[in-house]
Amino acid sequence: MSNIITVTELSKQFKQITAVNQLSFSIEQGDVYGFLGQNGAGKSTTIRMLLSLIKPTTGNIEIFGLNLQSHRKKILQQVGSVIEKPDVYSYLSALQNLQLFAKLSGMQLTKKTLMQQLERVGLAQRANDTVKIFSQGMKQRLGIAIALVHNPTLIILDEPTNGLDPQGIADIRNLILHLSKEDKKTILVSSHLLTEIEQIASKVLIIDKGKKVIEGAASDLFDPSQTIVELSTIDNDAAWNWLLQSEWSKYLLKKSKASLSLKLNKIHIPQLNAALVKAELGVITIYPKNSLENYFLQVTSENQHVETFSN
Amino acid sequence: MWKLFQIELYKIFKRRRTYIAFIAIAALIAVVQLGLKVDGKEYAAFVMADLSNTLQISGNIINGYFVCYVILQLLLVHVPLLIALIAADMISGESNMGTLRLLLTKPISRTEFLLAKFFASTVYTVSLLVWMAILALFVSMWLFGTDDMFLLKNNYAVQIENADIFWRYIGAFCFAALAMTTVASLGFFLSQFSENSIGPIVATMSIIIICTILSTMSIPIFNIIKPYLFTTHMVAWKEFFDLKVNDANITIKGSIQHPEKIIQSATILLVHIVALITATIYFFNKKDILS
Repeated sequence: MSNIITVTELSKQFKQITAVNQLSFSIEQGDVYGFLGQNGAGKSTTIRMLLSLIKPTTGNIEIFGLNLQSHRKKILQQVGSVIEKPDVYSYLSALQNLQLFAKLSGMQLTKKTLMQQLERVGLAQRANDTVKIFSQGMKQRLGIAIALVHNPTLIILDEPTNGLDPQGIADIRNLILHLSKEDKKTILVSSHLLTEIEQIASKVLIIDKGKKVIEGAASDLFDPSQTIVELSTIDNDAAWNWLLQSEWSKYLLKKSKASLSLKLNKIHIPQLNAALVKAELGVITIYPKNSLENYFLQVTSENQHVETFSN
Repeated sequence: MWKLFQIELYKIFKRRRTYIAFIAIAALIAVVQLGLKVDGKEYAAFVMADLSNTLQISGNIINGYFVCYVILQLLLVHVPLLIALIAADMISGESNMGTLRLLLTKPISRTEFLLAKFFASTVYTVSLLVWMAILALFVSMWLFGTDDMFLLKNNYAVQIENADIFWRYIGAFCFAALAMTTVASLGFFLSQFSENSIGPIVATMSIIIICTILSTMSIPIFNIIKPYLFTTHMVAWKEFFDLKVNDANITIKGSIQHPEKIIQSATILLVHIVALITATIYFFNKKDILS
């Protein structure tokens, strides 16, 4: 597949601070590319450089095979984006905002088409309300409608679930999956919420302190056979001893005062729970910790860099 | 570019804040008109007190043309504040709302974006002056009637015939539009450096106040810079109401005593506008959008 984005040795220096440091990565057509990093890792700076809001100190960005600096206008015609908070004109209605940004993107759309776009993000009923009375979630959905109004090939979403309630987060996730699977869009989505990226991304890049830590297929990072399970019972010592004697002993990792840890395939969690209940060990909580979360915390707290793995 | 310009105009005139200036001008003009309608004769007697022994003046002195001149003298000092309210908000307001980053991810160049915004703020400035002209000139002509205009200058008096006045007002308002566009350019230039509107508005007004003081103070050290200050030239609209006189010391109809002063002032104001807009484009194109 052809590369939609190719970033080569990209760096950005703000006075004494290196926000992005020699970052290289590429995104193929049809990818949902998860861009992960803690707050301040350099995700937003990188995304702003991809959208030509920030000028790189060094490095090169190619989008659709064209150099961003010399073909900015042509490239941006095919890009839709939401950058952090989706701020729009609060004194205009949702429909007026959408119409205005459609025009700026070079589209002269009918009211019917614009209403269809609002329908897509669940705002058709509020089309004529001024945005100043909108909730954060509604603004976020309007921001996404604006990003999609000119039917872009590439969609860049910087923390699109920020400030949303669980239903709003689920809606955005479903929309991203729909855009990827049904509309065959290429999507770059940044987040510090690992669970969100896990559910949508086909590829993942983790950055820390402006540098690439790891890049690869999400299926390799989100390996369900390596799930860490945290368990707490009424008597953790008794539970630990029972587990040591059982067939589950090979999965045991460690015991602390508050909980026990096991590493096993996610699909075996119900069986583990049933066994503990049968042994009358008084299970209080049992939950899987995302494998990526463990990995992410490990790699971003250490200071290691650039370890690329293949599918 | 045309589409961008239309969008900018749409945004300006969709905001309630835009109309504050129009309401403020209407209120100020109404106050002056009311005052002169009620106490115009007393005002005229006070103004002409020194000349009453040497001149015999008859007719309607407090006529529409005279009232408009009084309003222009009073208001053109304050209009820059109203211009700054919009012009200094043009970029910083977008930055403050968070819409700047969204706008600049659209397929438009930053230069096009700035020029569209500047031309839209110029249309706002001109609209404000057209509104002022309608109220100060046409409404005053309707309320006070028309006659010859009698003006007192520093050490002489000028009488302009009724039929020779209207075109001078057209010239004066056009010149005022140029002067106010210079103010808009200054506000626009300062607007790019801030992420809220208050800073650029206050900075614009501060610069105008300081430059006005420097322009009006008769201290030799400041005389060197006076000719280069835009505030020195903003008042050149008054030149339209200074006439040449013949050997008999009678004003020559259709003449302007110092047309070269108007041309020179207009040129200097234009140079300011071009310099400020060029500087805005230069700095803004280099700017990282972090808002």
